[in-house]
Amino acid sequence: MRNLFIILKKEFTQIFRDKVMSRMIIMMPIVQLLLLAHAATFDIKNISLLIVDNDNSTFSSEFIAKFNGNNYFITHWNYGNQKLAESKLMEGSIDLYIEIPNGFEKNLLTSQESGVHVTVNAIDGAKAGLAMFYSNSVVNELINSFSRNKGYININQKFINIEYSHWFNPELNYTTFMVPGILVLLVSMIGLFLSSMNIVREKEIGTLEQLNVTPIKKSELLLGKLLPFWFIALFELGFGLILAKVFFDIPMEGSLWLLFAISAIYLTVILGIGLFISTITSTQQQAMLFTWFFSVIFILLSGLFTAIENMPYWAQVLTEFNPVKYYMQSTRMIMLKGSAYDDISVFIYKLTAFSIVINSLAILLYRKR
Amino acid sequence: MNTVVEVENITKTYNTTCAVDNINLSVIKGEIFGLVGPDGSGKTTLIRMIASLIKQNSGKIKVLGFDNVKDYKSIRKVIGYMPGKFSLYQDLTVEENLTLFATIYDSDIRTNYHLIEDIYSHLEPFKDRQAGKLSGGMKQKLALSCSLIHKPELLLLDEPTTGVDPVSRRDLWKMLKKLINFGITTIVSTPYMDEAALCDRIALFQNGRILESNSPNEIIGKYENLLYKVKSYNNYLTLQALRRFSNDSLVYPFGESLHLVLEKNDSGIDLIQEYIKKQNIGLVSFELIQPTIEDAFILLMQTKNSEIL
Repeated sequence: MRNLFIILKKEFTQIFRDKVMSRMIIMMPIVQLLLLAHAATFDIKNISLLIVDNDNSTFSSEFIAKFNGNNYFITHWNYGNQKLAESKLMEGSIDLYIEIPNGFEKNLLTSQESGVHVTVNAIDGAKAGLAMFYSNSVVNELINSFSRNKGYININQKFINIEYSHWFNPELNYTTFMVPGILVLLVSMIGLFLSSMNIVREKEIGTLEQLNVTPIKKSELLLGKLLPFWFIALFELGFGLILAKVFFDIPMEGSLWLLFAISAIYLTVILGIGLFISTITSTQQQAMLFTWFFSVIFILLSGLFTAIENMPYWAQVLTEFNPVKYYMQSTRMIMLKGSAYDDISVFIYKLTAFSIVINSLAILLYRKR
Repeated sequence: MNTVVEVENITKTYNTTCAVDNINLSVIKGEIFGLVGPDGSGKTTLIRMIASLIKQNSGKIKVLGFDNVKDYKSIRKVIGYMPGKFSLYQDLTVEENLTLFATIYDSDIRTNYHLIEDIYSHLEPFKDRQAGKLSGGMKQKLALSCSLIHKPELLLLDEPTTGVDPVSRRDLWKMLKKLINFGITTIVSTPYMDEAALCDRIALFQNGRILESNSPNEIIGKYENLLYKVKSYNNYLTLQALRRFSNDSLVYPFGESLHLVLEKNDSGIDLIQEYIKKQNIGLVSFELIQPTIEDAFILLMQTKNSEIL
């Protein structure tokens, strides 16, 4: 016990003496949260649209005006120059163009049937899909109101009107969705990188051997070297939560204690992975490479950016073994949904199991070497 | 006689290379025992086995009665180890490093200050400086202080003076000599022959084997050959001439002159002198001298090698 405190004291002295390290601990949550929360968004605004008006009628002007008033689009229009629209789409200066055919209004009035031609640049599939979806809904709305005004019954008219209400994030605010995810990223990165580098560093400069010839037990040494990062990562979580509240007004629906409790368990998994990496590598460079390898896989398969449900089946199976996924889900559930212990207990069990497995493995390997 | 370290038939191989090959030696309480030999001769491997850092493939090592494999925990309480490579915390200050190693052994700097006083007094003005910013000699002094601060019974020093300036080297050795008064036994490895002469007993290492193990004086005393110091204006030409005279004669550069070794009963020195005179390489003088440890080592290596051949 006494030896543990000696190591802890030494570790903290070293961490706080390292100016780069202590600055990073403060700067990382600020930069990641403020920058990523705003930049990493799937909301698509400012879609550049060109309307080619071949009809030049009252309704086509109304059509243009409707798009012009929509803040998803930056709208330009011209009369009858489809060639120009196509070349602009080719060079990438617009995202899509809509061609209103000649006789658009007339057709609507006579046969009550007409259409427009939409051409979308689909290099960015997600953006193209959304642009398509937005423009479709604007067009539908226009035609419906036109038909209603003229007293026609439109086949497209919806008799059942679906109204959406978004639970847990009523305004579908992307930041609210992202910030808990970035917090998870922050805690994981700090825990994994610091712990995997730290022990291997002592190995590299030879101090580990110097400690090995002293009566310090291996358990005391490992605990003394890992605990500081457990504390620091939890501190980062608290600090990040304050930033999230102050800058983004992210709700904290559930219990703060529950969030910290599951974080504490989750961190034992992360530190175990760090120890594992430390054990199988002998230089900081190797450890860095390994840590990147692990973290990229863990993060991309965690559901931070892409929904796990959309992944192919084999990838979904893989995510079952990803501790980051469980922590990501729990954090979002606690923060946004107000989930209680019973809702996330299965995640807690799984994380505990992970922790036991990875730590036993790491310690076994460490003893062997 | 009180044996501190007993090494019996120790062999250690790394993959296919044999680092230590069936070595036997014993170290007596209160002596400075030197492991002397060139780089890669197995000194470090042996020290690391005694320090319980690595296990041998076969054989037995007892340190103060403890087995180095089974009772490694007991060994670690009573030894001080200083590796060849500086391995203290570069980002901790001089004092923090020393305090760390003292507290690990449940001690403090004051208790055993008298052990390290001589060298630590040089360091004290820099006690708030980070260890990484010390000069090479200062680093070694700090490392030695750290390995002594808990008053170990056995001190293991792996090439403590490699890369250290001559003045610091002298300080270090003065201190090692003083440790005998406190009953501390020291095992020190060194590639320097002049340091070998400072040890109470030495073991001469080559290729993982011990060529000879005895006190420096006795090793020199066993030297029965005739040793000549050959002075000339051009050592290179003289060396060539001597080798031309006889392929078998052992001759090597030693400092500013050459050393020539002849068999005990060889009276051929006159013939050699005559031959050299004819070589037109200026004045060459021959002087019969007493051998040093280095001469003894070179002769031992030579005989061992010719035995193998």
